Amino acid sequence: MYMSNEILITGANIMGEATADILVRDGVITAVGAKLEAPEARIIDAKGLIALPGLVDLHTHLREPGFEQSETVLTGSRAAAAGGFTTVFAMANTSPVADNAGVVEQVKRLGDEAGYVTVRPIGAVTVGLAGETLADLGSMATSRAQVSVFSDDGKCVHDSLLMRRAMEYVKTFGGVIAQHAQDPRLTIDAQMNEGEVSSRLGLNGWPAVAEESIIARDVLLAEHIGSRLHICHLSTAGSVEIIRWAKARGIAVTVEVTPHHLLLTDDLAENYDARFKVNPPLRTAADVQALRAAVADGTIDIVATDHAPHPHDTKDCEWDQASFGMVGLESALPIVNTTLVSTGLLSWSDVARVMSQAPAQIGSLEGNRALTVGEVADIVLFDPSTSREWSTDDVVSRSKNTPFSGITLAGSVVHTIRHGYLTVTDGLLVDEKVVAEAGGFRG
Amino acid sequence: MTATLLQPADMTRALTRIAHEILEGNRGTSDLVLLGIPTRGVTLAKRIAATLAQIDGTEVPVGALDVTMYRDDLMSNPTRATAQTDVPVDIEGKTVVLVDDVLYSGRTVRAALDALTNFGRPETVRLAVLIDRGHRQLPIRADYVGKNVPSAHSERINVRLSEIDGNDLVTIAEHTSGGAA
Amino acid sequence: MKHLLSTRDLDRATAISILDVALDMAALGTRDVKKLPALRGKTIVNLFYEDSTRTRISFEAAEKRLSADVINFSAKGSSVSKGESLKDTAQTLDAMGIDAVVVRHSSSGAPHLLAHSGWLDVPIVNAGDGTHEHPTQALLDAFTLRESMFDDDARGKGLDGLNIVIVGDILHSRVARSNIWLLATLGANVTVVAPPTLTPPGIETWPVRLSHSLDDALEAAPDAVMMLRIQSERMKAAFFPNAREYAKFWGLTAARYRKLGESTIIMHPGPMNRGLEISGEAADSPQSVILKQVTNGVFVRMAVLFTVLTGAKGDVHE
Repeated sequence: MYMSNEILITGANIMGEATADILVRDGVITAVGAKLEAPEARIIDAKGLIALPGLVDLHTHLREPGFEQSETVLTGSRAAAAGGFTTVFAMANTSPVADNAGVVEQVKRLGDEAGYVTVRPIGAVTVGLAGETLADLGSMATSRAQVSVFSDDGKCVHDSLLMRRAMEYVKTFGGVIAQHAQDPRLTIDAQMNEGEVSSRLGLNGWPAVAEESIIARDVLLAEHIGSRLHICHLSTAGSVEIIRWAKARGIAVTVEVTPHHLLLTDDLAENYDARFKVNPPLRTAADVQALRAAVADGTIDIVATDHAPHPHDTKDCEWDQASFGMVGLESALPIVNTTLVSTGLLSWSDVARVMSQAPAQIGSLEGNRALTVGEVADIVLFDPSTSREWSTDDVVSRSKNTPFSGITLAGSVVHTIRHGYLTVTDGLLVDEKVVAEAGGFRG
Repeated sequence: MTATLLQPADMTRALTRIAHEILEGNRGTSDLVLLGIPTRGVTLAKRIAATLAQIDGTEVPVGALDVTMYRDDLMSNPTRATAQTDVPVDIEGKTVVLVDDVLYSGRTVRAALDALTNFGRPETVRLAVLIDRGHRQLPIRADYVGKNVPSAHSERINVRLSEIDGNDLVTIAEHTSGGAA
Repeated sequence: MKHLLSTRDLDRATAISILDVALDMAALGTRDVKKLPALRGKTIVNLFYEDSTRTRISFEAAEKRLSADVINFSAKGSSVSKGESLKDTAQTLDAMGIDAVVVRHSSSGAPHLLAHSGWLDVPIVNAGDGTHEHPTQALLDAFTLRESMFDDDARGKGLDGLNIVIVGDILHSRVARSNIWLLATLGANVTVVAPPTLTPPGIETWPVRLSHSLDDALEAAPDAVMMLRIQSERMKAAFFPNAREYAKFWGLTAARYRKLGESTIIMHPGPMNRGLEISGEAADSPQSVILKQVTNGVFVRMAVLFTVLTGAKGDVHE
């Protein structure tokens, strides 16, 4: 089998700013410049392609252990690589829950073995996500999994005192709490965004205030105790206003938005097609505009996928019986291109910031994620000029619950390089064994 | 090409003749009930009744019998709107004369005979039509006919009555659009 | 019209045509033989995932009067209670070669899924889905209103200019939703009266006037007042303090009834909570048409089944 330690990327458009060649050797960027030569290297012609640092997803559900019919660490890692990601943070709502060192180490090991992306487990904030007692936060942080982000995602840490204690405690090891902001009492049996559409369809509403009230409380707590706070999947215009206020006060809050909340609206529920059922729910067109503007002005720090695979049967049923969530790793960069770059709201270096550098920083990853000499060679090469109607064929995840089928998305990931080896080339995933071997070699 | 089959005067003459034949066949107006098949059959039945009243001086009960729900082509043709049924007297033991504008396949009359059984058991059922255009698909014939018109399947007969359409006229033309005659 | 899923997608001509067919069905009530052969040989499944004896019986009577073969399938004692999915049930019914499904389901949108998922390809009639719609109830209410207002002159008419007040739990009421769309399509002016807790968000975009005072709404001497049932589970969820207070502010009490003019008819989709949303005196009054609603339900459902199950192209032939 042909394996080279060297890859020479020629003529890439580096973050939309300059055209150059990039030489990668032994997992590191060793040269960036014009007309580089490397006779032994594998050549990748990147003319017309945008080079970005490998994407980092701070919010992925890999489902293993416990829900392997939806996704495994391996299949989820492949989906991530196909989307141009080189690192994903795996949410804790597995079975058993990732609330102890054993589970997070298992997830990390499965990620290392697969080799497509760096898998960084997120630890649960509370035991069993039950919102009652703190999980083994310190043990997880100091385990081989090096947990730095803690979240009960899927559930809100709604007890004010518990939230305060958690945010305070993780300061010990520089961790951060990622809050799923949802007042449980205001969202009993909630099915979709509360508004005219939910009223007409007879589906229980998930009001914006259920998110906004928790965010308001938590930024005040963060200010009071001087802690960092991260807000998952912010979805409303009102939440943006609260964050804008908090940041102006110097509160250490960071915020993510999902690609689907940047593109889709609540009226898609009209046909009771549960592919559009997600938590937090799709909001109104005005919310979508506010979210896009907030990414553009930096109020929102990052885009994270909330990739949530579910088996077909749990979506092909009555809306109120269906699972919440949608897959999103493969489509994330095309959606950001379509909604933010093509519209002039973000430059490619902004994309590098919101999809790689800032999430890495929030998650305390090492490295600068710049395409400069000496950096780890995590690189994605993206062709922004193509466009295609999205379909389930574009989804490599084990689950096909994409809401984007039939929607035209601009651009496609052509090559993904992790730690100096290819995980995706010419738009196709590299073979599992090849990747596992390459990953083990660099491991 | 549209050809005229009955002018207003022809129509009046035909209905008058039918009225006379009914009187003759029934030996008077006793126990007689006229039931028109909506829409134009009802109007024709009323005219025949008026003529009978002129000739005989007695009021013959006139009603309407909607046959939509009894048709055998409900699933193959476009959905039909139903019409009002009004059977003004008990038909048990009576002579019922069904009245329709055009007799064609005979299926409407078949449906009418079915509908009638739900109202009782008449002594006799007769059929009066303004036009008999042939092409029967069932063993049904009219007792009283205004005019026999040999026709092709491709032709359409259009009956206009002044109460509904503003004038009396029966025409025949090449069939151009969908819809039953 | 292939399916009846909602009154929102029902155009005026189709709605009036259904009401007119129902008039002809009503005439059947006076005959000795109350049966028509129109749906002979057709098998209709009443797929009831939610208990509703009165709606099921009404549909069953309608189906039998049209000579259809009727299969009653209720969630109790069927494979549904063993956890079979709606999809599996639908595909099973399809494999059996049935001709139409009348579905009652606690999930909003279940009839829509049956009609559009490709699981089966037969007409679907919504007999009430979650808190979404109950279109045949709205049609029978419209039929009853037309009959009360126009008597023998109803055929072909809409409800133009009539003033209708709908009172109660609009938020959770499928009857209210279906009535609001249909009454607006037929030209009536609708006022809804509800406590703010039971008012749907976004109602300002609906074709209704909203009031929080039942006394004000009745002051205007509407043509009809439609009282909605309060479900017992709302009592526990802080939508209003207690039953006594609900009756006091939102109920058609005996006192409110006595102030009401004789020209205002009183409607209720049933089953009633006497003494809560409606007093016995109002329910049993001369201007109450509550039992007529029940009677008309059968005629309207016959008309709906006739309309969706006959015809090759689904359009109305004059």
